Amino acid sequence: MSEKTQNTAAADGNTEGADAGVPDSGAPSSQGPGRAPSRRALLGWGGAGLALGAVAAGSAVAAVRSDDTRVPAADSGAAVPFHGAHQAGIATAVQDRLHFAAFDVTTKDRAELVALLKEWTRAAERMTAGHAVGDGAYGGLPEAPPDDTGEALGLKPSRLTLTIGFGPSLFAKGRFGLADRRPDALVDLPKFPGDNLDAARSGGDLCVQACADDPQVAVHAIRNLARIGMGRTAIRWSQLGFGKTSSTTPDAQTPRNMMGFKDGTRNIAGTDTAALDEHVWVGGKDRAGWMTGGSYLVARRIRMHIETWDRAPLQEQEDVFGRDKGEGAPVGKAKERDEPFLKAMLPTAHVRLAHPDTNDGATILRRGYSFTDGTDGLGRLDAGLFFLAYQRDTRKAFVPLQRRLAAHDALNAYIQHVGSAHFAVPPGVRDKDDWWGRALFT
Amino acid sequence: MRAVRFSVVTAAATVAALTAVTGCAEKSDGKGEGAVQVIAKDDSCELSKTKLPAGHVELAVQNKGSKVTEVYVLFPDDRIVAERENIGPGTKATITAEIKAGSYEIACKPGMKGHGIRQKLEVSGGTAAKRSPEMDKAVAAYRTYVQDQADETLPKAKLFTDAVAAGDIEAAKKVYADSRLGWERTEPVAESFGDIDPKVDVREDGLEDGQKWTGWHRLEKALWQDKKLGAEEKALAPTLYKDLLDWQKRVGTAEITPTSMANGAKELLDEVATGKVTGEEERYSHTDLIDFKGNVEGAEKSYELLKPIASKNDAALAATLDKRFAELNKLLDKYRKDKTSYEFTSYEKVGKADRKELSDAVNALAEPLSRLAAAVTK
Repeated sequence: MSEKTQNTAAADGNTEGADAGVPDSGAPSSQGPGRAPSRRALLGWGGAGLALGAVAAGSAVAAVRSDDTRVPAADSGAAVPFHGAHQAGIATAVQDRLHFAAFDVTTKDRAELVALLKEWTRAAERMTAGHAVGDGAYGGLPEAPPDDTGEALGLKPSRLTLTIGFGPSLFAKGRFGLADRRPDALVDLPKFPGDNLDAARSGGDLCVQACADDPQVAVHAIRNLARIGMGRTAIRWSQLGFGKTSSTTPDAQTPRNMMGFKDGTRNIAGTDTAALDEHVWVGGKDRAGWMTGGSYLVARRIRMHIETWDRAPLQEQEDVFGRDKGEGAPVGKAKERDEPFLKAMLPTAHVRLAHPDTNDGATILRRGYSFTDGTDGLGRLDAGLFFLAYQRDTRKAFVPLQRRLAAHDALNAYIQHVGSAHFAVPPGVRDKDDWWGRALFT
Repeated sequence: MRAVRFSVVTAAATVAALTAVTGCAEKSDGKGEGAVQVIAKDDSCELSKTKLPAGHVELAVQNKGSKVTEVYVLFPDDRIVAERENIGPGTKATITAEIKAGSYEIACKPGMKGHGIRQKLEVSGGTAAKRSPEMDKAVAAYRTYVQDQADETLPKAKLFTDAVAAGDIEAAKKVYADSRLGWERTEPVAESFGDIDPKVDVREDGLEDGQKWTGWHRLEKALWQDKKLGAEEKALAPTLYKDLLDWQKRVGTAEITPTSMANGAKELLDEVATGKVTGEEERYSHTDLIDFKGNVEGAEKSYELLKPIASKNDAALAATLDKRFAELNKLLDKYRKDKTSYEFTSYEKVGKADRKELSDAVNALAEPLSRLAAAVTK
């Protein structure tokens, strides 16, 4: 559990930041039909926010103040323990870099898939501890390629975590005999209004989330797992991420997303066992069998229309989020971590719509990252948010939340969801004899 | 086409200084003392002696047959120690070589083709290099394969280059891919002759400044994109044929070892992974899948010949390779009419998802294939 002691964020959070949305969803307009709220409206709501700020302290959501839960971030070079009741990389303090990969399983043979998961587990144990895969990157037979690709040699473990998930397609009838073991919560995500999903950036039988403080360490990990998997799995798509967009370490500055806003002020704290049990970890009473101790992961590639956003007036930008740009304070409040008063915000404000109070308490744990994949063919920055959310039951968390955002969020004028995937993330690997997914396959 | 890879298969000329034996064919009267008399006929190859001391060896050849012949002194793995071509009926020739102790073969090739009529030659004295008979067997069989591929390619190449020279676009298109198959099957060996590959198999983007574009792909562009054969193209056809003749003549001298065979097999898959699966290799004719199949067949041949050694050292690897070859071949069969046909689907008609599937299958095979070299050297 030591890897989970670093998370110290406030506990009421949700998807503030560009975590979700739909373009042109009919929000009130300032610049024409179907665009963001009008300036007048924004100012009006802002004024209301200021006026009502005084009574906001009574918010029903319990916040764990960062001051009370502060734990020093681990040395960035340290190793995060791989074994435990839950997989590392979920409640673990968010690292600086991401390499996320979704795989298709190409073998039809269940035994080959099981063998792969065992091999992957052993490789993950070594890599997260800072060791090379197999016999290493040098010193072997000169005629043969080395077991390890070598680009992480000499680098510290860099708090690498590797987290595996199983996609709905893995449970398809006639594939691996898993059809009756598909968890109910592992739903096929509905089509949300405004989605423009690219099949080549969506789905996957397996996923591995690699997070590390050094990008080379994260890339190395996925590269070696992909190589080990060849013939049994093939990478379907992958995403590099930088600039974590969810703070779990409030003693550090809250990072900003690509829109320049502080993102992740509110999130479930890695130390808040009660909140994790309630909102993130699948519990025994969920009667989910092999998923007990696991979680459900939604991954969304959210493209931002950077150029148009950069032309949006400051007031509009702030009102779209419901926070100010400099301090990150909620509308009408002075400090970033002040309790938001939702009614002070526009009904289309992102923070308001994403807040648990607007969603019957639905809460997710976010670990998203910014991405920039160069430019598209039109010279536009291909950038945005690679949204990652963990939850106990996607049907009760991401789905209703995203429905609300897709329908009303003012941010939708500036973002578009272009990739989507859903995974059942099994519980942790207990020890050296255990392996990723054992409870599912035995 | 790519740069020469000396690490894998090296032309004999490059390593001559390192080999235990050097050979040369020279004109002499053949009357030196201790010369081995070789009587070459249309159906026999008689040696006056089959046991010799190491050192300077002279073969005095008489062609008593009716066909032009050639005589080779061969290593146990079929590499050429020395050879003499174009020995006309009723004429004589002498071959000399410095030979260390070991087992060799003399081959007379009436009509200058095929495996030839073989005789054993034992050379003793000095220190014989220790060799593994099963490795020699694998290498010899692969060398024969490589030579056969070149021998079979030349008549097909002739059909192609003749059609181009005659300005017959349709006839040339028809035999284009077929004329390349033998080359594709043995590409790492063919490429080991660094001077031939840039002449016959270079693509336009592979040219260096000032390099004249010749070879198959130059004509491919004329046939499929320009859709015309001008004087320049017609003149390039016999050049291609001449360059391929050069390959056919020299291919037997390539340095081949069990590890170079194993890594050569992997390189054939690399060719697929970098050139064919992307559609770059045959960008005008879209015959990439035929090359693809040729590369896989060549790799499979290497593997089959090495399998007796590999499966002893690493049975699990051999089992994986058997499986992956079968899977890739099965996938390729989806793109041709039947399992004997070399008429494959035009690659421009292969969609993105199907290309990904082919790419994944290539990776699935190439990754374990990269461990074959270790398995044969254990």
